[in-house]
Amino acid sequence: MLEKIKEFASEFFVTGDPLIYGADASIVLATLGIVFVLTYFKKWGWLWKDWLTTVDHKKIGIMYILAAIVMLFRGGVDAVMMRTQLAFPDLNFLEADHYNQIFTTHGVVMIFFMAMPLMFGLFNIVVPLQIGARDVAFPFLNSLSFWLFFAGAMLFNLSFVIGGSPDAGWLAYPPLSGSQFNPGVGQNFYIWGIQISGIGSLASGINFIVTILKMRAPGMTMMKMPMFTWSVFAASTTIIFAFPILTITLLLLFMDRFFGAHFFTLDGGGNPMMYINLIWMWGHPEVYIVVLPAFGVFSETVATFARKRLFGYASMVFAMVIISIISFFTWAHHFFTMGSGANVNSFFAVSTMIIAIPTGVKIFNWLFTMYKGRISFPTPMMWTIAFIPAFVVGGMTGVMLSVAPADFQFHNSYFLIAHFHQVLIGGTVFGYFAGLYYWWPKMFGFKLNEYLGKWAFWCWNIGFYVCFMPQYLVGLDGMTRRISVFKDPDWQGLNIASTIGAYIMGIAFLFQVAQIVYSIFRHEKDTTGDIWDARTLEWSIPSPAPEYNFAVIPQVHSRDEWWEEKERRARGEKPWDLGPIEPIHMPKNSAIGPIMGAFWFVAGFGLVFHWLWMAIPGLLGVFICMYARSFSAHKAEYYIPVDEIERTEAKLRGGAV
Amino acid sequence: MADHNNTHNSHGGDRHEHGSLKSYIIGYIISIVLTIIPLVVVLNDMMGRTATIAVIMVTATLQFLVQLIFFMHVRDGEQPRWNLITLIFGVLILLTIVVGSIWIMGNNSIGMKM
Amino acid sequence: MAQSPAHGTDHHHHAAGHHDPQDIKLLGFWIFLVTDVILFATLFATFIVLRGGTDGGPTGAELLEINGIIISTFLLLTSSFTSGVAVLAMHQHKIKQMIIWLVITGLLGAGFLYLEINEFLHLIHEGATLQTSAFWSAFFTLVGTHGVHVTVGIGWMISIIIQIVRRGLTDDTKGKVTVFSLYWHFLDAVWIFLLSIVYLMEVM
Repeated sequence: MLEKIKEFASEFFVTGDPLIYGADASIVLATLGIVFVLTYFKKWGWLWKDWLTTVDHKKIGIMYILAAIVMLFRGGVDAVMMRTQLAFPDLNFLEADHYNQIFTTHGVVMIFFMAMPLMFGLFNIVVPLQIGARDVAFPFLNSLSFWLFFAGAMLFNLSFVIGGSPDAGWLAYPPLSGSQFNPGVGQNFYIWGIQISGIGSLASGINFIVTILKMRAPGMTMMKMPMFTWSVFAASTTIIFAFPILTITLLLLFMDRFFGAHFFTLDGGGNPMMYINLIWMWGHPEVYIVVLPAFGVFSETVATFARKRLFGYASMVFAMVIISIISFFTWAHHFFTMGSGANVNSFFAVSTMIIAIPTGVKIFNWLFTMYKGRISFPTPMMWTIAFIPAFVVGGMTGVMLSVAPADFQFHNSYFLIAHFHQVLIGGTVFGYFAGLYYWWPKMFGFKLNEYLGKWAFWCWNIGFYVCFMPQYLVGLDGMTRRISVFKDPDWQGLNIASTIGAYIMGIAFLFQVAQIVYSIFRHEKDTTGDIWDARTLEWSIPSPAPEYNFAVIPQVHSRDEWWEEKERRARGEKPWDLGPIEPIHMPKNSAIGPIMGAFWFVAGFGLVFHWLWMAIPGLLGVFICMYARSFSAHKAEYYIPVDEIERTEAKLRGGAV
Repeated sequence: MADHNNTHNSHGGDRHEHGSLKSYIIGYIISIVLTIIPLVVVLNDMMGRTATIAVIMVTATLQFLVQLIFFMHVRDGEQPRWNLITLIFGVLILLTIVVGSIWIMGNNSIGMKM
Repeated sequence: MAQSPAHGTDHHHHAAGHHDPQDIKLLGFWIFLVTDVILFATLFATFIVLRGGTDGGPTGAELLEINGIIISTFLLLTSSFTSGVAVLAMHQHKIKQMIIWLVITGLLGAGFLYLEINEFLHLIHEGATLQTSAFWSAFFTLVGTHGVHVTVGIGWMISIIIQIVRRGLTDDTKGKVTVFSLYWHFLDAVWIFLLSIVYLMEVM
């Protein structure tokens, strides 16, 4: 019996690597620490009532962002470990199989569990406030989306201490990811971690489309919407068309692994290349999904800090919509070398080049917005300005890669690695940081410390160029991606530079953590609600916004409605006629979101280990939750009375309104 | 809210959005006819391969339209018709996925076993 | 989709009330259906690409029997019609009639499922399973995914009937019936393409 338990445990837990033992210990300690703090300060009830069961878009947004920062740490540690291994030739810091796991989890964590939640966090916090809504269209579904993401993320992250991490790359190409060559549970964690959070992403996509189409303040036509909201609309549209493809692709891989089906196997008539075809049909739109909201952020910050209207509003909208459509017609450029022939490759090369045009239009629009503006340089604007050269270079190398014959040279080399990190960090990450710094005061009522923020900014930027510029060169020199050891001494100099750059970015992240912690304890409370003297509706209400957002929904007349309103007030004209305060209809908190997330986690865990005794009750739990919600949804609403709203407003606005 | 209701009340008590029994029956009959046509063509080997495929696809598409118009009332509802716009984009992506996969996989050096 | 106020239990529409909740739900559900279209499109694309991958094993033309499929098709087609009639009855506030039509819809759906399960068992008996070849993997997954949708639809309809019996016709429950009938029509539309691309093109 004891032997059996020992044998099971040695398979179940990942053993034999001191790094993993260190991670085990720190996970246990951190968990104990959190439990102790919550118990000691009697905060369990607060956590459950105010946060975990909330359907308030602002709180859900904060939870997304918190999770994303933790995941950024995890993905970042993976990156630093990889760069450490590649600092010198023939180094043996990581074993080859461990290295495979780390480049896989780095990619998965950064895209699915860092970029996506950070993006949804910003969606949640900003969109309802920007369009003058009280919440998203489906507040409960929103909470459920978060918990699906969370369940998926936890399931995936568990793999490195239990069962073993996936190691077939971030897109898990078969046959390497099939059961023949990958019999362990790692790939199952990959499938279910992404599948569960992917369903949540799909639901969020639907939610934000409906929110934007149906919940706008009166008078806000589509062409008067703030540009960030437009970017969310474009990204959400892309999500609803792209994510079902991912769902099916992962389902088919699961069928292969679990039931022994023959979709992507080498035998039985299967075709692994079909997987590559399908996964990129989702994968290419996905990179536009994460970058479009960054474009939206820049459009807001650049107008606010140049103190000018956004240049070329209509062309911005047009470019955004065109990008999200064309993003569905370029996928084959990820596998030019697959051998589909000149006609296929030519089509996808040209479509890829075309998509650079609307992107270029946007860059010029931002530049023209700044032209002759009175520009100030707080941290959100610094990130915006740093984005432009980074993204232009990243985009140009992308156009180089789109030339199909040349791609046969670049393919799978470090040139490609440098390219997509440059657009993903220089575009997406810089954009989300700009957004985070810009809307932080709206979330919490105070600005993040600018001094530490500037240190973080410069470390990120210097580290970024030091890390990735050498990778272009070493890639052209022939170094391929995903090798755990390099032998060629000629590559030494470039690799050590790249590693130094990675460490500088690591330090930059520490500066950001320090910045957040410091600012929580030392800050100046913002009493205006409009700390940047900005232009859109979210700045017309107190910071942080009350739970109902707008005591009275304003009537919108123009694009920068809040800016116009401030101008009107300055000219001494009649301000907004807001009308009387009426009782506000609000959704109640719901425990079904977190409970359903937990059942999904249980079901996913059972499916990972092929334990049907665990998976079936988990799935049953999911269905019971759906039934419970269907039967109780009509009771899940309440009204906030007028006198309570008046009291809240008086307190928040210091009796000014 | 008041003006919102008015726009609907102007249709009278029975708003056209729900269709009528007559339209459902017409839709049902057309669907049955559109199902029988390809069945007859296929089971009796009436046409060549390409023509049969064409008949099958055309009748299926027509039947999809019948479902949309007579049963799902896609033409009704408020302007702008976001549901219809979403559907049109959905069909565009659908065609991209199906035609694109066939084209790419068919051109593979390994080839698609059709 | 605004409901006639006289029959709604969904009391007053306040400040934010210019957004009709049923209207919002209907659009949300419609978009969900479009994502389902994409989901099936991916399965269809996979089936078409892999349909030649029989690996020397049984082919569709050898094993698929069109007669049973014709019956299933008419069952589902009729159920799509009856679910529409149920919605008509709902708008005339004939609760009893509506429930009867919904039950008929469910029974037709159950009959469809019965035939499908029989067909699968028959195929497995003949030696065509998920593991046989890429063709059969794609076949069972595509047809099975539609079957799962039908099953979920029946379970969902039962829950709606229970809710209507308990709470009567409100704006909320009416919205549910409307949305359910959309889902059911959609499943019928998907089936037409299954019939065409999987069965007819295989046996022709």
